[in-house]
Amino acid sequence: MTKRSFVPIIYIIFLMLPIYWLLNMSFKTTNEILGGFSIFPREFTLDSYRTIFSDPSWYMAYVHSLIYVGLNTLFSIAVALPAAYAFSRFKFLGDKHLFFWLLSNRMAPPAVFVLPFVQLYSAVGLHDTHIAVALAHTLFNIPLAVWILEGFMSGVPKELDETAYVDGYSFPAFFGKIFIPTISAGIGVAAFFCFMFSWVEMLLAKNLTTVAAKPIVAAMTKTSSASGYELGLLAAAGVLTIIPGAIVIYFVRNYIAKGFALGRV
Amino acid sequence: MSKTVNQKAWWLVLPVFVMVAFNALIPLMTVVNYSVQESFGNNEFFWSGTVWFQQLLADDQIHESLLRQIVFTSIVLAIQVPLGLSIALCMPKKGPWVSVCLVLMALPLLVPWNVVGSMWNIMALPDIGLLGKGINALGIPFNYTRQPMAAWFTVILMDVWHWTSLVVLLCYAGLVSIPDAYYQAAKVDGAKPWAVFRYIQLPKLKHVLTIAILLRFMDSFMIYTEVIVLTGGGPGSTTKFLSIDLVQKALGGFDLGPAAALSIVYFLIILLMSWLFYTLMMRNEAN
Repeated sequence: MTKRSFVPIIYIIFLMLPIYWLLNMSFKTTNEILGGFSIFPREFTLDSYRTIFSDPSWYMAYVHSLIYVGLNTLFSIAVALPAAYAFSRFKFLGDKHLFFWLLSNRMAPPAVFVLPFVQLYSAVGLHDTHIAVALAHTLFNIPLAVWILEGFMSGVPKELDETAYVDGYSFPAFFGKIFIPTISAGIGVAAFFCFMFSWVEMLLAKNLTTVAAKPIVAAMTKTSSASGYELGLLAAAGVLTIIPGAIVIYFVRNYIAKGFALGRV
Repeated sequence: MSKTVNQKAWWLVLPVFVMVAFNALIPLMTVVNYSVQESFGNNEFFWSGTVWFQQLLADDQIHESLLRQIVFTSIVLAIQVPLGLSIALCMPKKGPWVSVCLVLMALPLLVPWNVVGSMWNIMALPDIGLLGKGINALGIPFNYTRQPMAAWFTVILMDVWHWTSLVVLLCYAGLVSIPDAYYQAAKVDGAKPWAVFRYIQLPKLKHVLTIAILLRFMDSFMIYTEVIVLTGGGPGSTTKFLSIDLVQKALGGFDLGPAAALSIVYFLIILLMSWLFYTLMMRNEAN
Protein backbone atom coordinates (compact mmCIF):
# COMPACT_ATOMS: atom_id res chain seq x y z
CA MET A 1 0.00 0.00 0.00
CA THR A 2 1.58 3.24 -1.09
CA LYS A 3 0.26 6.76 -0.62
CA ARG A 4 -0.61 6.83 -4.31
CA SER A 5 -3.05 3.95 -4.23
CA PHE A 6 -5.41 6.00 -2.07
CA VAL A 7 -6.38 8.07 -5.09
CA PRO A 8 -7.99 5.20 -7.06
CA ILE A 9 -9.58 3.90 -3.85
CA ILE A 10 -11.20 7.24 -3.06
CA TYR A 11 -12.36 7.51 -6.67
CA ILE A 12 -13.92 4.04 -6.57
CA ILE A 13 -15.70 4.87 -3.33
CA PHE A 14 -17.10 7.99 -5.03
CA LEU A 15 -18.28 5.80 -7.95
CA MET A 16 -19.95 3.27 -5.66
CA LEU A 17 -21.84 5.73 -3.44
CA PRO A 18 -24.73 6.52 -5.83
CA ILE A 19 -25.00 2.84 -6.78
CA TYR A 20 -25.19 1.94 -3.10
CA TRP A 21 -27.84 4.59 -2.55
CA LEU A 22 -29.90 3.16 -5.41
CA LEU A 23 -29.54 -0.34 -3.95
CA ASN A 24 -30.46 0.98 -0.51
CA MET A 25 -33.63 2.62 -1.87
CA SER A 26 -34.64 -0.49 -3.78
CA PHE A 27 -34.87 -2.51 -0.54
CA LYS A 28 -37.02 0.04 1.28
CA THR A 29 -40.78 0.37 1.38
CA THR A 30 -42.22 3.51 -0.18
CA ASN A 31 -43.31 4.70 3.26
CA GLU A 32 -39.84 4.35 4.67
CA ILE A 33 -38.29 6.20 1.71
CA LEU A 34 -40.62 9.14 2.04
CA GLY A 35 -40.53 8.93 5.84
CA GLY A 36 -36.99 10.17 6.19
CA PHE A 37 -33.28 9.74 5.77
CA SER A 38 -31.61 6.42 6.62
CA ILE A 39 -28.33 4.86 5.60
CA PHE A 40 -29.64 1.28 5.78
CA PRO A 41 -33.12 -0.06 5.00
CA ARG A 42 -34.83 -0.52 8.39
CA GLU A 43 -37.65 -2.70 7.10
CA PHE A 44 -35.80 -4.74 4.49
CA THR A 45 -38.21 -5.69 1.71
CA LEU A 46 -38.07 -7.30 -1.72
CA ASP A 47 -41.50 -5.95 -2.68
CA SER A 48 -40.21 -3.69 -5.43
CA TYR A 49 -38.39 -6.57 -7.09
CA ARG A 50 -41.42 -8.81 -6.64
CA THR A 51 -43.58 -6.25 -8.43
CA ILE A 52 -41.17 -6.07 -11.34
CA PHE A 53 -40.91 -9.83 -11.76
CA SER A 54 -44.66 -10.38 -11.55
CA ASP A 55 -45.89 -7.52 -13.75
CA PRO A 56 -45.50 -8.26 -17.49
CA SER A 57 -45.35 -4.56 -18.37
CA TRP A 58 -42.17 -4.44 -16.27
CA TYR A 59 -40.38 -7.68 -17.00
CA MET A 60 -41.33 -7.75 -20.67
CA ALA A 61 -39.70 -4.32 -20.98
CA TYR A 62 -36.38 -5.95 -20.07
CA VAL A 63 -37.01 -8.64 -22.67
CA HIS A 64 -37.78 -6.01 -25.32
CA SER A 65 -34.57 -4.16 -24.49
CA LEU A 66 -32.51 -7.33 -24.69
CA ILE A 67 -34.11 -8.26 -28.03
CA TYR A 68 -33.30 -5.00 -29.79
CA VAL A 69 -29.87 -4.74 -28.22
CA GLY A 70 -29.11 -8.27 -29.42
CA LEU A 71 -30.43 -7.60 -32.92
CA ASN A 72 -28.49 -4.37 -33.10
CA THR A 73 -25.22 -6.06 -32.09
CA LEU A 74 -25.82 -8.78 -34.67
CA PHE A 75 -26.57 -6.35 -37.53
CA SER A 76 -23.71 -4.03 -36.67
CA ILE A 77 -21.03 -6.71 -36.43
CA ALA A 78 -22.26 -8.57 -39.52
CA VAL A 79 -21.96 -5.59 -41.85
CA ALA A 80 -18.96 -4.00 -40.10
CA LEU A 81 -16.72 -7.08 -40.48
CA PRO A 82 -16.26 -6.99 -44.29
CA ALA A 83 -16.12 -3.19 -44.31
CA ALA A 84 -13.44 -3.05 -41.63
CA TYR A 85 -11.44 -5.63 -43.60
CA ALA A 86 -11.68 -3.46 -46.71
CA PHE A 87 -10.53 -0.35 -44.80
CA SER A 88 -7.62 -2.17 -43.15
CA ARG A 89 -6.29 -3.89 -46.30
CA PHE A 90 -7.15 -1.85 -49.39
CA LYS A 91 -7.03 1.61 -50.83
CA PHE A 92 -10.03 2.50 -52.90
CA LEU A 93 -11.76 5.50 -54.37
CA GLY A 94 -13.01 7.78 -51.59
CA ASP A 95 -11.91 5.53 -48.74
CA LYS A 96 -10.74 8.34 -46.43
CA HIS A 97 -13.86 10.44 -47.02
CA LEU A 98 -16.08 7.43 -46.47
CA PHE A 99 -14.30 6.68 -43.21
CA PHE A 100 -14.79 10.20 -41.88
CA TRP A 101 -18.40 10.23 -43.07
CA LEU A 102 -18.99 7.04 -41.08
CA LEU A 103 -17.39 8.60 -38.01
CA SER A 104 -19.51 11.72 -38.43
CA ASN A 105 -22.59 9.60 -37.74
CA ARG A 106 -21.14 8.68 -34.35
CA MET A 107 -21.04 12.45 -33.70
CA ALA A 108 -24.64 13.11 -34.71
CA PRO A 109 -26.72 14.15 -31.71
CA PRO A 110 -29.66 11.72 -31.34
CA ALA A 111 -31.83 14.78 -30.66
CA VAL A 112 -31.32 15.79 -34.30
CA PHE A 113 -32.48 12.40 -35.54
CA VAL A 114 -35.46 11.78 -33.29
CA LEU A 115 -38.19 13.39 -35.36
CA PRO A 116 -36.98 12.22 -38.82
CA PHE A 117 -36.51 8.70 -37.44
CA VAL A 118 -40.04 8.54 -36.10
CA GLN A 119 -41.35 9.66 -39.49
CA LEU A 120 -39.04 7.36 -41.47
CA TYR A 121 -39.82 4.22 -39.49
CA SER A 122 -43.55 5.00 -39.45
CA ALA A 123 -43.44 5.43 -43.22
CA VAL A 124 -41.86 2.00 -43.76
CA GLY A 125 -44.24 0.41 -41.25
CA LEU A 126 -41.64 -0.50 -38.64
CA HIS A 127 -42.67 1.88 -35.86
CA ASP A 128 -43.02 0.17 -32.48
CA THR A 129 -40.99 -2.90 -33.51
CA HIS A 130 -37.70 -4.18 -32.13
CA ILE A 131 -36.22 -3.94 -35.61
CA ALA A 132 -36.86 -0.18 -35.75
CA VAL A 133 -34.84 0.47 -32.59
CA ALA A 134 -32.15 -2.02 -33.60
CA LEU A 135 -31.79 -0.33 -37.01
CA ALA A 136 -31.89 3.18 -35.55
CA HIS A 137 -29.07 2.31 -33.14
CA THR A 138 -26.91 1.04 -36.00
CA LEU A 139 -26.54 4.71 -36.93
CA PHE A 140 -23.87 5.13 -34.27
CA ASN A 141 -22.95 1.48 -33.66
CA ILE A 142 -21.92 0.52 -37.21
CA PRO A 143 -19.35 3.35 -37.42
CA LEU A 144 -18.06 2.43 -33.97
CA ALA A 145 -17.81 -1.28 -34.87
CA VAL A 146 -16.02 -0.47 -38.13
CA TRP A 147 -13.52 1.71 -36.28
CA ILE A 148 -12.78 -0.82 -33.54
CA LEU A 149 -12.56 -3.78 -35.92
CA GLU A 150 -10.37 -1.84 -38.35
CA GLY A 151 -8.00 -1.05 -35.48
CA PHE A 152 -7.74 -4.71 -34.48
CA MET A 153 -7.44 -5.92 -38.10
CA SER A 154 -4.60 -3.50 -38.85
CA GLY A 155 -2.66 -5.29 -36.14
CA VAL A 156 -2.84 -8.59 -38.05
CA PRO A 157 0.06 -8.91 -40.53
CA LYS A 158 -0.91 -9.06 -44.16
CA GLU A 159 1.25 -12.16 -44.69
CA LEU A 160 -1.56 -14.16 -43.08
CA ASP A 161 -3.88 -13.30 -45.99
CA GLU A 162 -1.23 -13.90 -48.64
CA THR A 163 -0.21 -17.30 -47.26
CA ALA A 164 -3.84 -18.40 -47.19
CA TYR A 165 -4.41 -17.39 -50.80
CA VAL A 166 -1.24 -19.25 -51.85
CA ASP A 167 -2.60 -22.30 -50.04
CA GLY A 168 -5.65 -22.11 -52.27
CA TYR A 169 -8.23 -20.60 -49.95
CA SER A 170 -10.96 -18.55 -51.60
CA PHE A 171 -11.77 -15.18 -49.97
CA PRO A 172 -14.93 -16.36 -48.14
CA ALA A 173 -13.20 -19.52 -46.91
CA PHE A 174 -10.18 -17.54 -45.71
CA PHE A 175 -12.36 -14.92 -44.04
CA GLY A 176 -14.57 -17.41 -42.22
CA LYS A 177 -12.04 -20.10 -41.31
CA ILE A 178 -8.85 -18.15 -40.67
CA PHE A 179 -9.39 -14.44 -40.33
CA ILE A 180 -12.43 -14.30 -38.05
CA PRO A 181 -10.92 -16.70 -35.48
CA THR A 182 -7.72 -14.62 -35.54
CA ILE A 183 -9.47 -11.40 -34.57
CA SER A 184 -12.05 -12.95 -32.24
CA ALA A 185 -10.89 -10.66 -29.38
CA GLY A 186 -11.61 -7.64 -31.55
CA ILE A 187 -15.04 -8.97 -32.45
CA GLY A 188 -15.77 -9.50 -28.76
CA VAL A 189 -14.80 -5.93 -27.92
CA ALA A 190 -16.77 -4.46 -30.84
CA ALA A 191 -19.82 -6.51 -29.82
CA PHE A 192 -19.44 -5.29 -26.24
CA PHE A 193 -19.45 -1.66 -27.37
CA CYS A 194 -22.48 -2.18 -29.62
CA PHE A 195 -24.25 -3.81 -26.69
CA MET A 196 -23.26 -1.00 -24.39
CA PHE A 197 -24.27 1.96 -26.52
CA SER A 198 -27.55 0.35 -27.52
CA TRP A 199 -28.34 -0.61 -23.92
CA VAL A 200 -27.78 2.85 -22.45
CA GLU A 201 -29.54 4.92 -25.14
CA MET A 202 -33.00 6.20 -24.27
CA LEU A 203 -34.14 9.06 -26.50
CA LEU A 204 -34.46 7.06 -29.74
CA ALA A 205 -35.56 3.84 -28.07
CA LYS A 206 -38.35 5.63 -26.25
CA ASN A 207 -39.68 7.59 -29.19
CA LEU A 208 -39.57 4.72 -31.68
CA THR A 209 -41.75 2.48 -29.52
CA THR A 210 -45.16 2.75 -27.88
CA VAL A 211 -46.45 -0.57 -26.55
CA ALA A 212 -45.36 -3.69 -28.40
CA ALA A 213 -41.62 -3.08 -28.09
CA LYS A 214 -41.47 -0.68 -25.14
CA PRO A 215 -37.98 -0.94 -23.62
CA ILE A 216 -37.08 -0.73 -19.94
CA VAL A 217 -35.63 2.76 -20.26
CA ALA A 218 -39.06 3.98 -21.42
CA ALA A 219 -40.99 1.86 -18.92
CA MET A 220 -39.09 3.49 -16.08
CA THR A 221 -40.60 6.90 -16.86
CA LYS A 222 -44.03 5.65 -15.77
CA THR A 223 -43.05 5.42 -12.10
CA SER A 224 -43.13 9.18 -11.86
CA SER A 225 -46.56 9.63 -13.40
CA ALA A 226 -48.83 6.70 -12.48
CA SER A 227 -49.51 6.61 -8.75
CA GLY A 228 -47.36 9.31 -7.27
CA TYR A 229 -43.62 8.91 -7.17
CA GLU A 230 -42.71 5.28 -6.53
CA LEU A 231 -39.05 5.70 -5.73
CA GLY A 232 -38.55 2.14 -4.48
CA LEU A 233 -39.81 0.66 -7.74
CA LEU A 234 -37.74 3.10 -9.77
CA ALA A 235 -34.63 2.19 -7.78
CA ALA A 236 -35.21 -1.55 -8.14
CA ALA A 237 -35.75 -1.20 -11.90
CA GLY A 238 -32.54 0.84 -12.08
CA VAL A 239 -30.55 -1.77 -10.16
CA LEU A 240 -31.77 -4.46 -12.56
CA THR A 241 -30.57 -2.42 -15.59
CA ILE A 242 -27.03 -2.30 -14.18
CA ILE A 243 -26.69 -6.08 -13.86
CA PRO A 244 -26.33 -7.02 -17.57
CA GLY A 245 -23.64 -4.36 -17.95
CA ALA A 246 -21.76 -5.61 -14.91
CA ILE A 247 -21.79 -9.13 -16.31
CA VAL A 248 -20.49 -8.28 -19.79
CA ILE A 249 -17.84 -5.91 -18.41
CA TYR A 250 -16.20 -8.80 -16.62
CA PHE A 251 -15.51 -10.59 -19.91
CA VAL A 252 -13.86 -7.67 -21.66
CA ARG A 253 -12.11 -6.05 -18.66
CA ASN A 254 -8.66 -6.30 -20.23
CA TYR A 255 -9.73 -4.98 -23.62
CA ILE A 256 -12.16 -2.24 -22.68
CA ALA A 257 -9.61 0.58 -22.93
CA LYS A 258 -8.40 -0.71 -26.26
CA GLY A 259 -11.98 -0.62 -27.47
CA PHE A 260 -12.49 2.97 -26.35
CA ALA A 261 -9.28 3.89 -28.15
CA LEU A 262 -10.90 2.27 -31.22
CA GLY A 263 -8.35 -0.54 -31.22
CA ARG A 264 -5.47 1.91 -31.45
CA VAL A 265 -3.56 1.79 -28.18
CA MET B 1 1.04 -1.44 -43.28
CA SER B 2 1.18 -0.86 -47.04
CA LYS B 3 -2.24 -1.12 -48.61
CA THR B 4 -2.93 -2.23 -52.15
CA VAL B 5 -5.26 -0.31 -54.41
CA ASN B 6 -8.34 -2.38 -55.04
CA GLN B 7 -11.58 -0.81 -56.21
CA LYS B 8 -13.46 -4.08 -55.63
CA ALA B 9 -13.17 -3.34 -51.91
CA TRP B 10 -16.25 -1.18 -52.41
CA TRP B 11 -18.30 -4.40 -52.51
CA LEU B 12 -17.16 -5.16 -48.97
CA VAL B 13 -18.10 -1.68 -47.79
CA LEU B 14 -21.43 -1.64 -49.62
CA PRO B 15 -23.61 -3.17 -46.85
CA VAL B 16 -22.33 -0.61 -44.34
CA PHE B 17 -22.80 2.16 -46.86
CA VAL B 18 -26.40 1.14 -47.62
CA MET B 19 -27.39 0.76 -43.95
CA VAL B 20 -25.82 3.97 -42.74
CA ALA B 21 -27.08 5.88 -45.77
CA PHE B 22 -30.63 4.70 -45.06
CA ASN B 23 -30.29 5.82 -41.45
CA ALA B 24 -28.35 9.02 -41.98
CA LEU B 25 -29.11 10.44 -45.41
CA ILE B 26 -32.91 10.13 -45.46
CA PRO B 27 -33.35 11.80 -42.04
CA LEU B 28 -30.80 14.47 -42.89
CA MET B 29 -32.61 15.24 -46.14
CA THR B 30 -35.87 15.45 -44.18
CA VAL B 31 -34.28 17.93 -41.81
CA VAL B 32 -32.85 20.02 -44.64
CA ASN B 33 -36.27 19.97 -46.29
CA TYR B 34 -38.05 21.23 -43.20
CA SER B 35 -35.45 23.89 -42.56
CA VAL B 36 -36.30 25.79 -45.75
CA GLN B 37 -40.08 25.36 -45.71
CA GLU B 38 -43.11 26.70 -43.88
CA SER B 39 -45.91 24.34 -42.86
CA PHE B 40 -49.50 25.10 -41.90
CA GLY B 41 -50.35 21.48 -41.15
CA ASN B 42 -52.12 19.06 -43.51
CA ASN B 43 -48.74 18.19 -44.97
CA GLU B 44 -48.75 21.36 -47.04
CA PHE B 45 -45.37 22.98 -47.32
CA PHE B 46 -44.27 26.30 -48.76
CA TRP B 47 -40.80 27.47 -49.65
CA SER B 48 -39.60 29.86 -46.99
CA GLY B 49 -35.93 30.29 -47.85
CA THR B 50 -33.60 31.13 -45.01
CA VAL B 51 -36.22 32.62 -42.73
CA TRP B 52 -35.76 29.95 -40.04
CA PHE B 53 -32.02 30.44 -40.04
CA GLN B 54 -32.45 34.19 -39.65
CA GLN B 55 -34.87 33.59 -36.82
CA LEU B 56 -32.32 31.25 -35.24
CA LEU B 57 -29.66 33.96 -35.31
CA ALA B 58 -31.98 36.34 -33.52
CA ASP B 59 -33.40 33.83 -31.02
CA ASP B 60 -32.22 34.71 -27.51
CA GLN B 61 -33.45 31.44 -26.06
CA ILE B 62 -31.20 29.45 -28.41
CA HIS B 63 -28.25 31.74 -27.76
CA GLU B 64 -28.68 31.07 -24.07
CA SER B 65 -28.86 27.30 -24.43
CA LEU B 66 -25.85 27.36 -26.76
CA LEU B 67 -23.91 29.42 -24.22
CA ARG B 68 -24.96 27.04 -21.42
CA GLN B 69 -23.88 24.12 -23.59
CA ILE B 70 -20.44 25.63 -24.22
CA VAL B 71 -19.94 26.45 -20.53
CA PHE B 72 -21.04 22.95 -19.50
CA THR B 73 -18.78 21.20 -22.02
CA SER B 74 -15.78 23.37 -21.05
CA ILE B 75 -16.24 22.74 -17.32
CA VAL B 76 -16.72 19.04 -17.85
CA LEU B 77 -13.59 18.75 -20.02
CA ALA B 78 -11.56 20.90 -17.61
CA ILE B 79 -12.45 18.59 -14.71
CA GLN B 80 -12.55 15.16 -16.30
CA VAL B 81 -9.38 15.20 -18.39
CA PRO B 82 -6.91 16.25 -15.63
CA LEU B 83 -8.75 14.19 -13.02
CA GLY B 84 -8.85 11.08 -15.21
CA LEU B 85 -5.18 11.49 -16.07
CA SER B 86 -4.13 11.83 -12.43
CA ILE B 87 -6.15 8.81 -11.37
CA ALA B 88 -4.61 6.75 -14.17
CA LEU B 89 -1.11 7.84 -13.07
CA CYS B 90 -1.86 6.61 -9.52
CA MET B 91 -3.21 3.21 -10.59
CA PRO B 92 -1.05 0.15 -9.90
CA LYS B 93 0.62 -1.15 -13.06
CA LYS B 94 0.13 -4.84 -12.38
CA GLY B 95 -1.19 -7.20 -9.75
CA PRO B 96 -4.53 -8.74 -8.84
CA TRP B 97 -6.09 -5.37 -8.00
CA VAL B 98 -5.83 -4.00 -11.52
CA SER B 99 -8.71 -6.09 -12.89
CA VAL B 100 -10.90 -5.26 -9.90
CA CYS B 101 -10.17 -1.54 -10.34
CA LEU B 102 -10.90 -1.65 -14.07
CA VAL B 103 -14.22 -3.49 -13.67
CA LEU B 104 -15.44 -1.19 -10.89
CA MET B 105 -14.36 1.92 -12.75
CA ALA B 106 -16.02 0.83 -15.99
CA LEU B 107 -19.33 0.20 -14.23
CA PRO B 108 -20.79 3.74 -14.55
CA LEU B 109 -20.27 3.59 -18.32
CA LEU B 110 -22.70 0.66 -18.58
CA VAL B 111 -25.55 2.25 -16.66
CA PRO B 112 -28.43 3.37 -18.93
CA TRP B 113 -28.40 7.14 -19.18
CA ASN B 114 -31.86 7.63 -17.74
CA VAL B 115 -30.86 5.47 -14.74
CA VAL B 116 -27.82 7.74 -14.25
CA GLY B 117 -30.28 10.62 -14.10
CA SER B 118 -32.61 8.83 -11.65
CA MET B 119 -29.69 7.72 -9.52
CA TRP B 120 -28.42 11.27 -9.03
CA ASN B 121 -31.95 12.55 -8.68
CA ILE B 122 -32.42 10.24 -5.69
CA MET B 123 -28.87 10.85 -4.43
CA ALA B 124 -29.22 14.63 -4.39
CA LEU B 125 -32.72 14.94 -2.92
CA PRO B 126 -32.33 17.47 -0.10
CA ASP B 127 -34.40 15.54 2.46
CA ILE B 128 -33.71 11.85 1.77
CA GLY B 129 -30.67 11.76 -0.55
CA LEU B 130 -27.17 11.05 0.70
CA LEU B 131 -25.60 13.97 -1.17
CA GLY B 132 -28.37 16.52 -0.61
CA LYS B 133 -28.77 15.66 3.06
CA GLY B 134 -25.00 15.64 3.52
CA ILE B 135 -24.52 19.11 2.05
CA ASN B 136 -27.42 20.47 4.05
CA ALA B 137 -25.98 18.94 7.20
CA LEU B 138 -22.83 21.00 6.63
CA GLY B 139 -24.99 24.06 6.98
CA ILE B 140 -25.05 24.96 3.29
CA PRO B 141 -28.61 25.26 1.96
CA PHE B 142 -28.87 22.90 -1.00
CA ASN B 143 -31.92 22.19 -3.14
CA TYR B 144 -31.32 21.39 -6.80
CA THR B 145 -34.96 21.84 -7.74
CA ARG B 146 -34.87 25.49 -6.65
CA GLN B 147 -31.30 26.80 -6.75
CA PRO B 148 -29.64 27.13 -10.17
CA MET B 149 -26.16 26.78 -8.66
CA ALA B 150 -27.12 23.58 -6.85
CA ALA B 151 -28.62 22.21 -10.06
CA TRP B 152 -25.45 22.97 -12.02
CA PHE B 153 -23.30 21.46 -9.28
CA THR B 154 -25.37 18.26 -9.34
CA VAL B 155 -25.38 18.01 -13.15
CA ILE B 156 -21.60 18.45 -13.34
CA LEU B 157 -20.95 16.04 -10.47
CA MET B 158 -23.19 13.53 -12.24
CA ASP B 159 -21.25 13.87 -15.48
CA VAL B 160 -17.93 13.55 -13.64
CA TRP B 161 -19.27 10.37 -12.03
CA HIS B 162 -20.54 9.04 -15.33
CA TRP B 163 -17.63 9.71 -17.68
CA THR B 164 -14.33 10.31 -15.83
CA SER B 165 -13.71 6.55 -15.99
CA LEU B 166 -13.53 6.77 -19.77
CA VAL B 167 -10.54 9.11 -19.50
CA VAL B 168 -8.99 6.92 -16.77
CA LEU B 169 -9.31 3.75 -18.87
CA LEU B 170 -7.84 5.37 -21.98
CA CYS B 171 -4.92 6.96 -20.12
CA TYR B 172 -4.25 3.76 -18.22
CA ALA B 173 -4.09 1.78 -21.46
CA GLY B 174 -1.68 4.38 -22.83
CA LEU B 175 0.52 4.27 -19.72
CA VAL B 176 0.75 0.49 -19.66
CA SER B 177 1.94 0.47 -23.26
CA ILE B 178 5.05 2.59 -22.46
CA PRO B 179 8.05 0.19 -22.46
CA ASP B 180 10.00 -0.16 -19.21
CA ALA B 181 13.21 0.87 -20.98
CA TYR B 182 12.02 4.49 -21.03
CA TYR B 183 11.66 4.58 -17.25
CA GLN B 184 15.02 2.91 -16.75
CA ALA B 185 16.70 5.45 -19.00
CA ALA B 186 15.04 8.23 -16.98
CA LYS B 187 16.31 6.66 -13.74
CA VAL B 188 19.85 6.53 -15.08
CA ASP B 189 19.60 10.21 -15.99
CA GLY B 190 18.28 10.95 -12.50
CA ALA B 191 15.04 12.48 -13.79
CA LYS B 192 12.58 13.85 -11.23
CA PRO B 193 8.98 12.48 -11.27
CA TRP B 194 7.78 15.70 -12.91
CA ALA B 195 10.35 15.35 -15.69
CA VAL B 196 9.31 11.73 -16.24
CA PHE B 197 5.73 12.86 -16.59
CA ARG B 198 6.51 15.85 -18.79
CA TYR B 199 9.01 14.25 -21.17
CA ILE B 200 8.07 10.56 -21.22
CA GLN B 201 4.48 9.93 -20.13
CA LEU B 202 2.74 12.99 -21.55
CA PRO B 203 4.15 12.70 -25.10
CA LYS B 204 3.28 9.00 -25.15
CA LEU B 205 -0.24 9.77 -23.98
CA LYS B 206 -0.89 12.42 -26.62
CA HIS B 207 -2.77 9.99 -28.81
CA VAL B 208 -5.12 8.56 -26.16
CA LEU B 209 -5.70 12.01 -24.71
CA THR B 210 -6.82 13.28 -28.11
CA ILE B 211 -9.30 10.42 -28.36
CA ALA B 212 -10.50 11.05 -24.82
CA ILE B 213 -11.06 14.75 -25.49
CA LEU B 214 -12.78 14.01 -28.82
CA LEU B 215 -15.18 11.50 -27.24
CA ARG B 216 -15.87 13.66 -24.20
CA PHE B 217 -16.45 16.72 -26.35
CA MET B 218 -18.92 14.95 -28.64
CA ASP B 219 -20.86 13.22 -25.90
CA SER B 220 -21.04 16.14 -23.50
CA PHE B 221 -22.13 18.44 -26.32
CA MET B 222 -25.14 16.22 -27.01
CA ILE B 223 -26.10 15.45 -23.41
CA TYR B 224 -29.85 14.99 -23.10
CA THR B 225 -31.23 12.02 -21.20
CA GLU B 226 -29.30 12.36 -17.94
CA VAL B 227 -30.18 16.04 -17.52
CA ILE B 228 -33.81 15.70 -18.55
CA VAL B 229 -34.30 13.00 -15.89
CA LEU B 230 -32.29 14.81 -13.22
CA THR B 231 -33.50 18.39 -13.50
CA GLY B 232 -35.77 18.49 -16.55
CA GLY B 233 -33.78 21.52 -17.67
CA GLY B 234 -34.75 23.47 -14.57
CA PRO B 235 -35.05 25.26 -12.27
CA GLY B 236 -36.56 27.61 -14.82
CA SER B 237 -34.40 26.90 -17.81
CA THR B 238 -31.04 27.18 -16.08
CA THR B 239 -29.87 23.70 -17.07
CA LYS B 240 -31.57 23.61 -20.46
CA PHE B 241 -28.86 22.50 -22.87
CA LEU B 242 -29.02 22.46 -26.67
CA SER B 243 -30.45 18.95 -27.09
CA ILE B 244 -33.19 19.62 -24.56
CA ASP B 245 -34.14 22.81 -26.37
CA LEU B 246 -34.14 20.97 -29.69
CA VAL B 247 -36.27 18.04 -28.54
CA GLN B 248 -38.78 20.43 -26.95
CA LYS B 249 -39.04 22.30 -30.23
CA ALA B 250 -39.21 19.23 -32.48
CA LEU B 251 -41.42 16.87 -30.45
CA GLY B 252 -43.19 19.21 -28.06
CA GLY B 253 -44.06 22.24 -30.12
CA PHE B 254 -43.90 20.68 -33.59
CA ASP B 255 -42.11 23.80 -34.76
CA LEU B 256 -40.61 21.78 -37.58
CA GLY B 257 -38.91 24.64 -39.41
CA PRO B 258 -37.04 26.22 -36.48
CA ALA B 259 -36.22 22.79 -35.02
CA ALA B 260 -34.78 21.63 -38.34
CA ALA B 261 -32.71 24.80 -38.75
CA LEU B 262 -31.35 24.35 -35.22
CA SER B 263 -30.59 20.68 -35.95
CA ILE B 264 -28.46 21.62 -38.92
CA VAL B 265 -26.49 24.31 -37.11
CA TYR B 266 -26.05 22.02 -34.09
CA PHE B 267 -24.77 19.14 -36.21
CA LEU B 268 -22.41 21.43 -38.13
CA ILE B 269 -20.84 22.75 -34.91
CA ILE B 270 -20.11 19.22 -33.67
CA LEU B 271 -18.92 18.13 -37.11
CA LEU B 272 -16.50 21.06 -37.42
CA MET B 273 -15.00 20.55 -33.96
CA SER B 274 -14.71 16.81 -34.45
CA TRP B 275 -13.11 17.25 -37.86
CA LEU B 276 -10.44 19.41 -36.22
CA PHE B 277 -9.76 16.75 -33.60
CA TYR B 278 -9.81 14.00 -36.23
CA THR B 279 -7.23 15.68 -38.46
CA LEU B 280 -5.05 16.30 -35.39
CA MET B 281 -5.35 12.65 -34.41
CA MET B 282 -4.56 11.35 -37.88
CA ARG B 283 -1.53 13.61 -38.06
CA ASN B 284 -0.33 12.17 -34.75
CA GLU B 285 -0.81 8.70 -36.07
CA ALA B 286 1.13 9.49 -39.25
CA ASN B 287 4.12 10.76 -37.22
